Amino acid sequence: MNHQPGGAGQPWDVAVIGGGIVGCAIARELSGRELSVVLIEARDDVGDGTSKANTAILHTGFDATPGTLESRLVRRGHELLGDYAARTGIPVERTGALLVAWDAEQLAALPALRDKALHNGYQHCRLVDAAEVYRLEPHLGPGALGGLTVPDESIICTWTTNLALATDAVRRGTRLELGFSVDTVHRDGDVTVLGAAGGATVRARWVVNAAGLGADRVDALFGHHRFTVTPRRGELIVYDKLARPLVQRIVLPVPTARGKGVLVSPTIYGNVMLGPTSENIDDRTATGTTEQGLEFLLGRGRALLPALLDEEVTATYAGLRAATENSDYVVHVDAAQRYLLAGGIRSTGLTAGMAIAEHVRELLAEAGLDAPARTDVPPPPRMPNLGEAFVRPYQDAELIARDPEYGRVVCFCERVTVGEIRDALCSTVPPRTLDGLRRRTRAVNGRCQGFFCSAEVGELLAAGTRGDATGAAR
Amino acid sequence: MTAPVLTPDVLVVGAGPAGLTAATALAARVGQVLVLDREATAGGIPRHSDHPGYGIRDLHRFLSGPEYARRLVDRAGAAGVEVRTAATVTDWSGDRSVEVTSPQGRFRVDAGAVVLATGARERPRPARLVPGDRPAGVYTTGALQNLVHLHGGRLGGRAVVVGAELVSWSAVLTLRHAGARTVLMTTTQRHPESYAAFIVPGRAVLRVPVATRTRLTRIVGRGRLTAVEVEDLDTGRRRTVECDTLVLTGDWIPDHELARSAGLEIDRGSRGPVVDTELRTGRPGVFAVGNLVHPVDTADCAALDGRHVADPVRRWLDSPDHWDDAGVAVQVDEPLLWAAPGRFRPGGPTPARGRLLFWCRDEIRSPRLTVRQDGRTLADRRMPWPASPGRIFRAPWSVLSGARADAGPVTVSVR
Ligand SMILES: Cc1cc2nc3c(=O)[nH]c(=O)nc-3n(C[C@H](O)[C@H](O)[C@H](O)COP(=O)(O)OP(=O)(O)OC[C@H]3O[C@@H](n4cnc5c(N)ncnc54)[C@H](O)[C@@H]3O)c2cc1C
Ligand SMILES: Cc1cc2nc3c(=O)[nH]c(=O)nc-3n(C[C@H](O)[C@H](O)[C@H](O)COP(=O)(O)OP(=O)(O)OC[C@H]3O[C@@H](n4cnc5c(N)ncnc54)[C@H](O)[C@@H]3O)c2cc1C
Repeated sequence: MNHQPGGAGQPWDVAVIGGGIVGCAIARELSGRELSVVLIEARDDVGDGTSKANTAILHTGFDATPGTLESRLVRRGHELLGDYAARTGIPVERTGALLVAWDAEQLAALPALRDKALHNGYQHCRLVDAAEVYRLEPHLGPGALGGLTVPDESIICTWTTNLALATDAVRRGTRLELGFSVDTVHRDGDVTVLGAAGGATVRARWVVNAAGLGADRVDALFGHHRFTVTPRRGELIVYDKLARPLVQRIVLPVPTARGKGVLVSPTIYGNVMLGPTSENIDDRTATGTTEQGLEFLLGRGRALLPALLDEEVTATYAGLRAATENSDYVVHVDAAQRYLLAGGIRSTGLTAGMAIAEHVRELLAEAGLDAPARTDVPPPPRMPNLGEAFVRPYQDAELIARDPEYGRVVCFCERVTVGEIRDALCSTVPPRTLDGLRRRTRAVNGRCQGFFCSAEVGELLAAGTRGDATGAAR
Repeated sequence: MTAPVLTPDVLVVGAGPAGLTAATALAARVGQVLVLDREATAGGIPRHSDHPGYGIRDLHRFLSGPEYARRLVDRAGAAGVEVRTAATVTDWSGDRSVEVTSPQGRFRVDAGAVVLATGARERPRPARLVPGDRPAGVYTTGALQNLVHLHGGRLGGRAVVVGAELVSWSAVLTLRHAGARTVLMTTTQRHPESYAAFIVPGRAVLRVPVATRTRLTRIVGRGRLTAVEVEDLDTGRRRTVECDTLVLTGDWIPDHELARSAGLEIDRGSRGPVVDTELRTGRPGVFAVGNLVHPVDTADCAALDGRHVADPVRRWLDSPDHWDDAGVAVQVDEPLLWAAPGRFRPGGPTPARGRLLFWCRDEIRSPRLTVRQDGRTLADRRMPWPASPGRIFRAPWSVLSGARADAGPVTVSVR
């Protein structure tokens, strides 16, 4: 079965705009049907937008607003992605979470949160007293009054998730168009023509808008003015792996109207993360950190986990949530226009991505794009393990004996081997930049941030692509 | 698959000046000495520090970094030391056993004694909590020199160097070699910190303006670096300096991961393991030398640590029941940030080169050094050399000579 369009000039059945988690999940889902699919991404890699810079928690949805689409899709996504992770090797650590109340008001809010969790179909929350809070997390700062456990909140690798979905989509026949920023839209009969700045075009019968921070602008190209994205910046500090023993689970604040507040959590790479901040801004590209943001986080960290501040900082970064005037996801299909919008996927899209994709497929089917499931879908990809809690190539004696390149450590801090870099460079969706390589291997992500290895990693990348070795350090 | 096990008398982790010199000195005193280094080539930092200034105190020569590194490697080889490169020590599997990953396989080393010589690195941008964008073009001196001297990288354009100490001038030389012009150096100090010898050629030959009392406040550039923002600490005024390259120099942190995962006592100031005058850590049979213990000294002094450790290692191998690590702690008051060795036995052996080493936060032209123990003043002397940030401040060991074993820690301060 040929999943490419019939011939030159023939339109694709579906064009998906946006190579983040949501767009990749949708492309993967649709290419599991008898459909030709093209996935269009403005940047030179998948997963280079909000999907690369979040807190990487696989949420249960315990605290969503009951009855919303988000609540339903997060719960479903938790299940779908949990399963998919097990099949593809996306690392997940079932750490659980602990909400901690630091004042009387927060303490009083906990029972209602437990009840909300019940409304959301989540039944495992448990109220605990202060003594139990400190038994679970002995390094927390003084003043905790009580807590609520959420045993199924987990940490996951957002980079591998995005990449697995993209890889799966491509292996199922999705065509990946990188470096294509959709700037114009026009109709040609029953075909939509998407145009990029340089004059390149993509023709498709149906279009799905999963453009994240750009979803309102793409929506406007289709003549709609239904919402505006207001980027909500979240800054984060990642601490050294030597801090990892200080915290065993995701320690959450009691949520406020402004978001989930500052959390402290282990990361899947064996570090400790502190953040995020929450600040509405205008600039959709402002992913830099700020003096005020970092200072605020240090203040929170000092109160939450005082010993953390004695440890070294490995990384700081910021991500932008695609907040809109709606508090729920905005998923609408326009059958006449053959156009579907999946926007406003603000702060839970990593978890919900696969469920959003399933929902999108159902909506498209109702709107007339109903294609049978393929019988020949390839098995999902096996992803390289980036999780610190699972065996990595440098630890695998048998693997090294078979192929010595897995014993040649090139990034010392993260213990990334030449074998892994080589594999990434010849994978289904290879990196084109050092950042792309980092997300696939963890190389240069460690405590030295390239003091020892950036030049060498840059050279390996340049050998594998036409990359630029001086782009190595940052 | 059970990992193969090597059983040398001594395992040295790190083939920099300290580790190689320790191994060479040990080869003459004990049986088998194995040195492991994670890099593909032995030699440590000097491998990519391509300017003269190495080997003065230990080899009595004036060599470039790479020449110096080669010489140390050759001497170790000639002494019968086995040096394995591309061999990363990843974990401990016992008090003196470690796990190693190399292209030859994953293996274990069970040694009679372990000498940690893992060196130090500069804090990178995130560890300094510099806000702003995350563009390419931001380096530490180590990353820069690796790129330029080992991988032939070229840069061009305008560079800003943060720091004005010895290593900062080394960065300026490398930048010039790579085709970049240093348009500004910044230091939070009132005076540039480096050796006079460097200031003269630095200012006259390299013509680099140094902004004192200045700190870096922001990094600007999407994709590529375009500018940095700096602040005058006295006026609070900020200005933007356009540049293509930023080098963050100094601000050292030991590569202390193995030391910490062994649970060794760590000095709060230096972040290296606490050692006594024989470079012994708290774990029997485990020693620590070089920049891991005092980040950072010059390479020759790191190397002389290596020489100093040989006899104590030998003594341990001869009588392994003997590990008395009790002793008097050496504490410091600010602006001193740490002292090494951090522990000593009054009347016991003297440390490497008979010196007590310190790191001082501020510039003090004519420092007066005071040592107290339990309310008693043991020493109160005007030192004939300045204390400068960015380099080791040394005092003769004799300043501790009046200390008593039973009177608690000694505290050193300077004014
Ligand atoms: C600080 C922070 C913490 C978070 N924590 C979590 C968490 O713990 N758990 C969780 O589940 N979720 C979390 N999220 C939310 C999650 O990261 C997002 O919901 C998810 O990544 C959104 O994915 P996306 O595909 O919609 O958007 P994106 O990843 O931004 O992808 C959209 C893509 O569309 C491309 N694009 C835009 N316009 C165009 C155009 N015109 N033409 C072509 N391409 C275009 C962009 O380049 C981009 O790659 C967090 C978010 C932030 C910011
Ligand atoms: C830019 C710069 C310029 C300098 N200029 C001068 C100068 O002009 N003159 C001078 O005398 N000094 C100079 N120095 C200082 C000098 O380089 C150091 O003092 C010296 O290298 C310290 O030696 P060391 O053996 O303690 O550590 P290093 O040289 O850092 O060696 C440590 C070794 O340990 C290895 N290692 C670490 N962890 C592991 C592990 N887990 N497994 C295996 N191996 C491991 C590392 O790969 C490394 O090779 C300069 C330093 C820098 C950064």
